[in-house]
Amino acid sequence: MRKNKQNVYLDHAATTPMDERVLKTMIPFFTEVYGNPSSLHAPGQQAHEAVSQARKTVAKLISAHEDEIVFTSGGTESDNLAILGVIKIGGADVKSRLGKDVIPHIISNELEHPAVLELLLVLQKRGEIELTLVKADKDGVLLAKNIAEEIKNNTILVSVMYANNEIGTIEPISDLGKLIIKNRKQTGLTYPLLHTDACQAAGYLDLNVEKLHVDLMTLNGGKIYGPKGVGALYIRRGVRLSAQVIGGGQERGLRSGTQNVPGIVGFAKALDLVQAKREKESARLEKLRDRLIEGLLKIPKSRLNGHAIKRLPNNVNISFMDIEGEAAMLYLDAKGVYCSTGSACASTSLDPSHVILALGMSYEAAHGSLRFTLGKSTTKADIDYVIKVLPPIVEQLRKISPVNLDMEYFSNGNKEKK
Amino acid sequence: MNNKKEDKKVDVTNRQGSGSFYSTVVKDHFFHPKNFMEDETGYIADGIGMVGSPACGDVMRVWIKVDPKSERITDLKWKTFGCASAIAATSMMSVMVTENEGMTLDEARKLRPQDITFRLDGLPQRKIHCSVLGDKALRSAINDYLRKVGQTDRIEIEHGRIIDKVLKITDHDIEEAVLEGADTLEKVQDKTKVGTGDPSCIPEVEQLIRFYKEKYYGAE
Repeated sequence: MRKNKQNVYLDHAATTPMDERVLKTMIPFFTEVYGNPSSLHAPGQQAHEAVSQARKTVAKLISAHEDEIVFTSGGTESDNLAILGVIKIGGADVKSRLGKDVIPHIISNELEHPAVLELLLVLQKRGEIELTLVKADKDGVLLAKNIAEEIKNNTILVSVMYANNEIGTIEPISDLGKLIIKNRKQTGLTYPLLHTDACQAAGYLDLNVEKLHVDLMTLNGGKIYGPKGVGALYIRRGVRLSAQVIGGGQERGLRSGTQNVPGIVGFAKALDLVQAKREKESARLEKLRDRLIEGLLKIPKSRLNGHAIKRLPNNVNISFMDIEGEAAMLYLDAKGVYCSTGSACASTSLDPSHVILALGMSYEAAHGSLRFTLGKSTTKADIDYVIKVLPPIVEQLRKISPVNLDMEYFSNGNKEKK
Repeated sequence: MNNKKEDKKVDVTNRQGSGSFYSTVVKDHFFHPKNFMEDETGYIADGIGMVGSPACGDVMRVWIKVDPKSERITDLKWKTFGCASAIAATSMMSVMVTENEGMTLDEARKLRPQDITFRLDGLPQRKIHCSVLGDKALRSAINDYLRKVGQTDRIEIEHGRIIDKVLKITDHDIEEAVLEGADTLEKVQDKTKVGTGDPSCIPEVEQLIRFYKEKYYGAE
């Protein structure tokens, strides 16, 4: 996308443009190295070699072994493989220990991405799992201790995202991992396992699985300047999963289907590039993020969603009272600023953001929320441009709006949640 | 406007093709809203109506001036809290009600959301529900006028019984939705938003959907 003042893309949490260097790495694998990695002839083995190299790269970047990486079609598939994959074998373990009427228990929380949360709710509805959703505090921070306290003898999995896609809050995965390991040592059991969705974190945080103490970790390409439709699941040695896509037995039988060779090569390259720059880029974006937050909170009746410090360097999420997010987003769109909103009107489900509601915020606050997610191309001039164009937009929409709520409506207070 | 009442199956979905989410007309009314109430002080309205709640995501307020002799609506001002569709639909409604010397109260009462979306060149399917509040606010303003001039016998409390107390959705609205092809609760909610602010009415809504489906399409 061409970049100028009227083209300020601040929706990097939705997806990122692809890095030119990533594209360059991928191109030969469409036309020159076109073999099927499962074929034994030279073109096939060339493709196979490229996939192995990519696997080595990804493994090294997260301090894992090559045989611990399974390539998938993206974040949603990795999350689904982690959860569904654990249930069958973990569930059998629970039944053999506690009796055949006992179903496996999973612990998660209300802030998860739908790829985790919706799946867990469906499994709960079907009676396949017992589900505990731990509550976060008003900034979306989960306490490792609160989660660990929910572990029972039939708990097979704890799934907590590394950083939230809507409000950018960073969760204490490492602390949680330590508590889970301690629990397993005490009981002598293989379970519970710890899964984390690190899709939003991958560009900015340390992905070392030994430091994080995770057993399963979801990654994808489309949020890190890599290709869309490709991702990976880290599966710690010794963790047994059942395959969800059955066929030719690729990816050690865990994910059948001819590998997306250009995608996998591009994904590994993208992860390499963002991880190499992550500290420098995080420091740069944190400054811009805080500048944007400070500038936008000067607008009357506004409030930051998520934690001020335990926050991804690229995430800004603010609610503006008395206006509706989709309208504000489209007025910004007309000014060349591209962001997203937690308003019901912008969602296909007609429900406002479940994340903002889970913080104990009102429906009104969710409807009036705007998310700006910064990225590589974001400059100080971009931030200043947003700070300049948004206040009159909010003012204009408030002029059209018949609503004039007090600030106390930001929090749902004692109001019953839906 | 009156003749439109007959053709129940107006195509109200976006006729712009897939290129743009909103039609050019919607965008025009959204970016340049017509007749919105800039300043209430000093504006003497003959009737005021309001529907919706900010929790549900849409609130509309309508002010009208009525010529007592001709019963034409000579001016309509509005304010809307809502998305692009909601703002554009209220804006378009204000134009439709006041153009050609203004609709009479009876004409204005018959204005349907479908008529507004038609003039907007359609709305994306999942946005049609955003346009259903404007005409309700208008009818509420007309009732307010009739009350003020003492013609209480002419007040119509919507076309039927109110089912959703928050959004003031009646059995008639549900009937219309079913007539337009919504045959499940989800589809009726897509069109009317019924129950999103007042979930307690949902069992009754489901019963009504069954009733109207049988009435118009025969038993399953």
